[in-house]
Amino acid sequence: MNKNVIVIGLIVFVLLVLSPFWFNMITTTEAAPEPELLGRAKKAEQCVLEKYDMRANHMSLLDEWRDSVVRDTNRLYTAANGHVFEMSLSTGEQSCLGCHEDESKFCDSCHTYASTSPYCWECHTNPKEIK
Amino acid sequence: MMEKSRRSFLKVAGIAAIGLGASPALNFAASDSHGLAALKGKKEEALKAHRWGMAINTGEISPEINTQIIEACHSAHNIPDFNHEPDEEKYPDTRPVNHKQEIKWIWEEKYNYAFPDKEDEFLAEKFHHLPFLVTCNHCKNAPCVQACPTQATFKRKDGIVIMDYHRCIGCRFCMAACPYGSRSFNFRDPRPFIAETDSAFPTRSKGVVEKCNLCAERLAKGEAPHCVEASEGTIIFGDLEDPDSDIRILLRENFAIRRNEALGTEPSVYYIV
Repeated sequence: MNKNVIVIGLIVFVLLVLSPFWFNMITTTEAAPEPELLGRAKKAEQCVLEKYDMRANHMSLLDEWRDSVVRDTNRLYTAANGHVFEMSLSTGEQSCLGCHEDESKFCDSCHTYASTSPYCWECHTNPKEIK
Repeated sequence: MMEKSRRSFLKVAGIAAIGLGASPALNFAASDSHGLAALKGKKEEALKAHRWGMAINTGEISPEINTQIIEACHSAHNIPDFNHEPDEEKYPDTRPVNHKQEIKWIWEEKYNYAFPDKEDEFLAEKFHHLPFLVTCNHCKNAPCVQACPTQATFKRKDGIVIMDYHRCIGCRFCMAACPYGSRSFNFRDPRPFIAETDSAFPTRSKGVVEKCNLCAERLAKGEAPHCVEASEGTIIFGDLEDPDSDIRILLRENFAIRRNEALGTEPSVYYIV
């Protein structure tokens, strides 16, 4: 008698605990959007870092760049692959937006998906958006 | 069943713990060794100095040149002008302007406000009417740098007192510390009041302090600051630590004053009178 109650109880418990998985099995989830490469970024073979490194670490890279520019007055970044970049989000051809033209397709699509809202554009401006 | 003493169990557990800790450490060491050969550097044409300074020739500068200078600086650095009517479509419901909250990097000041310690009952008449151009003095002993709790304001190796706006928490200690009123606080989002945004320089956001940066972004490209360029030769800038620089030669040959020297802040902006 007791044994049955315990087994049923266990089954119910397992079902409840794993409910997020069941929920995901019956609903469809949106796939993570791929950052869209346009214009010059599409032609360029390589970015500042390897693709996967960039995906995981671009925020620390930007942080490092900011300190370098503001504090050490170093504004040029020679990447491991030999390319020279301007350590800037939006000024000049060699900056991030110089290559990745469309900020909404390159930055925002992923940030929105990941539900992060970095406040870069509260101060920095996208030269293509100023008309 | 295998007999296990507490002692042997602890030994095995200890070794396992070391193993678990060691693998991330080894991975980290390995990832570092194949290393990034990335290099950071300056542009060749970048201007370098041990301590940047400016000398304003008050005898030659005129109100027209002053206006020109202020306009050049403020438009290039996206300084909001609260007399500008915001675009209704882009920025609906902009609340009314409080003109006491104005933002300025370089502006005109009367002699008795610019040099309160040098006031004189019988001051030469012309000084009462001369508008003096004042800005951040990029002091050698900058009180704002000492006051900043986050090191958002700091002194660069070349003497420029500059801000990292990312780090500014808007406490305004620096504004209280600065004896020259060179700093402005963004009480509101400046963007609606910028007539034409220059994409070469970021705007600021609500809640940060801002001030003159001696055009650090231009020095990095080998260009003189906007004020110097727009001054038609009435502002000379150069390395104060180099005895052969233009500014030092000028200061050797002319009498120059600085604002509130008695405070010991050692301003780097000189006024040739």
